[in-house]
Amino acid sequence: MTDVAQHPAQQGRSLWADAWGRLRANRAAMISIYYLIFMAVICIAGPWFTPHAFNTIYQDYNRVPPSLSAYPKPEMIDQAVKDAVKRARVELDGWKEEGGKILITVSSAKPIDERMTRYIDRSSVFENAAVVDKPADGLRMTLGADIERQHFFFGTDTSGRDLLTRTLIAGRVSLSIGLLAGLVAVVIGVLYGATAGFIGGKTDEVMMRIVDVLYSLPFIFFVIMLVVFFGRNFVLMFLAVGAVLWLDMARIVRGQALSIRRQEYVQAAEALGVTRTGILLRHIVPNLLGPVVIYMTLLVPQVIILESFLSYLGLGVQEPMSSWGVLISQGAKNIPSANWLLFFPSFFLTSTLFALNFVGDGLRDALDPKDR
Amino acid sequence: MAETILELKDMRVRFSTLDGAVDAVKGVGLHVKAGETVAIVGESGSGKSQLMMATMGLLASNGQAAGVASYRGTNLVGLPKAELNTIRGRKITMIFQEPMTSLDPLYTIGDQLMEPIMHHQKLGAGAARSRAIEMLKLVHIPEAGRRMGSYPYEMSGGQRQRVMIAMALANDPDLLIADEPTTALDVTIQAEILELMAGLQQRLGMGMVFITHDLNIVKRIAHRVYVMRYGEVVEEGETAALFAHPRHPYTRALLEAEPTGRKAPPPATAPRILDGTGVTVSFKIGGGFLSGPPIVLKAVDRVSVSLRQGQTIGVVGESGSGKSTLARALLRLLPSEGAIRFDGRDIARLDKEAMRPLRKELQIVLQDPFGSLSPRMTAGQIVTEGLLVHEPSISRRDRDLRAARAFEEVQLDPLLRNRYPHEFSGGQRQRIAIARAIILKPKVVVLDEPTSALDRQVQKQIIELLRDLQSANNLSYLFISHDLAVVRAMADHIMVMKNGVVVEQGSPDDVMDHPQDPYTQRLMKAAFVNTANG
Repeated sequence: MTDVAQHPAQQGRSLWADAWGRLRANRAAMISIYYLIFMAVICIAGPWFTPHAFNTIYQDYNRVPPSLSAYPKPEMIDQAVKDAVKRARVELDGWKEEGGKILITVSSAKPIDERMTRYIDRSSVFENAAVVDKPADGLRMTLGADIERQHFFFGTDTSGRDLLTRTLIAGRVSLSIGLLAGLVAVVIGVLYGATAGFIGGKTDEVMMRIVDVLYSLPFIFFVIMLVVFFGRNFVLMFLAVGAVLWLDMARIVRGQALSIRRQEYVQAAEALGVTRTGILLRHIVPNLLGPVVIYMTLLVPQVIILESFLSYLGLGVQEPMSSWGVLISQGAKNIPSANWLLFFPSFFLTSTLFALNFVGDGLRDALDPKDR
Repeated sequence: MAETILELKDMRVRFSTLDGAVDAVKGVGLHVKAGETVAIVGESGSGKSQLMMATMGLLASNGQAAGVASYRGTNLVGLPKAELNTIRGRKITMIFQEPMTSLDPLYTIGDQLMEPIMHHQKLGAGAARSRAIEMLKLVHIPEAGRRMGSYPYEMSGGQRQRVMIAMALANDPDLLIADEPTTALDVTIQAEILELMAGLQQRLGMGMVFITHDLNIVKRIAHRVYVMRYGEVVEEGETAALFAHPRHPYTRALLEAEPTGRKAPPPATAPRILDGTGVTVSFKIGGGFLSGPPIVLKAVDRVSVSLRQGQTIGVVGESGSGKSTLARALLRLLPSEGAIRFDGRDIARLDKEAMRPLRKELQIVLQDPFGSLSPRMTAGQIVTEGLLVHEPSISRRDRDLRAARAFEEVQLDPLLRNRYPHEFSGGQRQRIAIARAIILKPKVVVLDEPTSALDRQVQKQIIELLRDLQSANNLSYLFISHDLAVVRAMADHIMVMKNGVVVEQGSPDDVMDHPQDPYTQRLMKAAFVNTANG
């Protein structure tokens, strides 16, 4: 007896540890996990480090294509100067660029007001405009201004907003909806399904018929109804998506619970006199978790796609907030003139979904009890 | 001198797993001649099945075979699949253990029989059909023509195994590999199938490889025997010579693994502890809102049992005879009619809550050591779960100590108590299940086929453990089994059940040596062909 107290018992390797080992051996799944972590980090932290806010509008940069070099391009400066001078209602005599600064010479029939520099400043290309030289008659003037260098790695959208920042911000929204609505669906589904499956009998019948009724409601009408009654808001998205997707989860969990209930270890627990709650918590739920985890990884992409679909229809997230679905729908309208508006958000969305599905597949292989 | 059909030389099988490579077969050589039955014997895990799987090119995807498996001069190892398939299923065929799952439930017996005939012999549907019927007649399926249209679920386990044999023989194979073909069947049916296979083998003159863990089957059917252990052949020889003079200590241990000894009945003064009078369990099948009144099936029909302190009642019968149902009804795990008295108290009408404190005294050990332990809990947690219910006040530390003590009682190393069930062998798991039952100090333990899923040697150890525990704690057992040799060693009173009714009961020697009821006689005959010395 004494040696029992002295020697610590050997640690066993649980099924979870086993599954983790198998998952680690699956290269595609591991790369996908790293990719998802990377995606989550850049979506959360990225917008703080990009040079633009997601809702800043650059009037002079409507739909500029993605580029690694800075804007404005030389040919754009000419246009910008012409536009700004035109707005100030003076004649442009000429301009030249000197080491990051620009010198503009203007003339007019009437004396020129010095406050016209504001018109130059108002352009998103220039800043710090100031009068350099003004002859006494005041009919001519030379202005100096800094050229504001901007980077648009992903280009800009139709209103002149930076697509990189917007894609990252949209990623925050899409990922959090995916995760939260997925979680809502899983929690409701697991509790509902496990209860129905474990209690069984009439209770099970009634609970599952309720699920059938909910299944038969057309999803889109359901969402439109919610929008009509409660207006458009973010929380509604969770509700709508979560309310629909927990049904699948409940069915899967119920089936699992039914089969686990007939396992001999549950019978053995009953013979020990373990209470229903004890059986549910110690035996049924832990053995359910495998399929639930797998289904959850496959549910998150489903939620993201649903959200994209709703946003595409205009029922989802509202401007200036954005989600990948919204960006894609805007991009789709601009395919001929600005294909990058479609390309970047869809690349982010599809690669994320791809990675999620790979992880789900890897988990299924890792957790499948048939393997042992 | 018959020609050699299959010759294996230095066969090796290696599986790559997460924990590194595992050698399942380490250089085995054997040969089979035409018209000869060769048995490969060994415990589970000895590599006997994997050896034949490797020969047939049926290894799991992480398995690698090496060596020479020469079938009439063609090496099967590494042969391209297309060429392998001209031999596999045509010249060499296999029968598997599980007749429930090796037939496709969606196709009729006839379809499944005709498909390989048409494929391999290039016959038309009509010719294949008459060949299939001929094969069904060969394996003694009554009304073969009508049975062609049956689905697998319409047939019993024994009939399905016959169909499997018919399928295996349909293409006139040279060699039949049978992997534990009778293990899942009842004794009486087991005897019939063995007889059928032996007869067919002689008539058709093919070679047969018979994989089994049961030495009694070997004795009946095989000409030569290979004994395997840890992936190696430890001994080989003519059956009679090997049984008479086993040379290797492992072979001797296998031969001596037959459970021995008798249990003395308890003194006549021992108090009655569990008493069932006229216990009836009925199940309703079907019925409901639209399908009319349900069919009532009586699984147990007015059975009376009286278990005294220190007594072991053996309940024997085939699957479906109601023996497990009876035991569960006595423990009030199933609703039943009739009176049940435990320790002088009527428990038949108690509800779940009132039963709970009594659960401590009435324990059960189930058959399947793989299914009866929750895979997500450690062995220690499993063993002490009952303490959570019945002694909720004791601390975690004390529980751990109790678990360690229970482990010692069932002769397991207490240091293993934090391991998970899948890290234990079958015999160790059954010990854990026993520890779970006895940690509560029960008075009555129902043992529902506790040794059926175990190898002979392990079986013997478990039986000895159970007997020791019984005499140490004055336990009463209700021992359910279809294995008469085990029952004889364990019980001092035997009940024979058939179709929910007790057809005969009495002391083991009376019932086994002088059976009165025709069913008991049949059962004993089938069992004794297997278990007796000749």
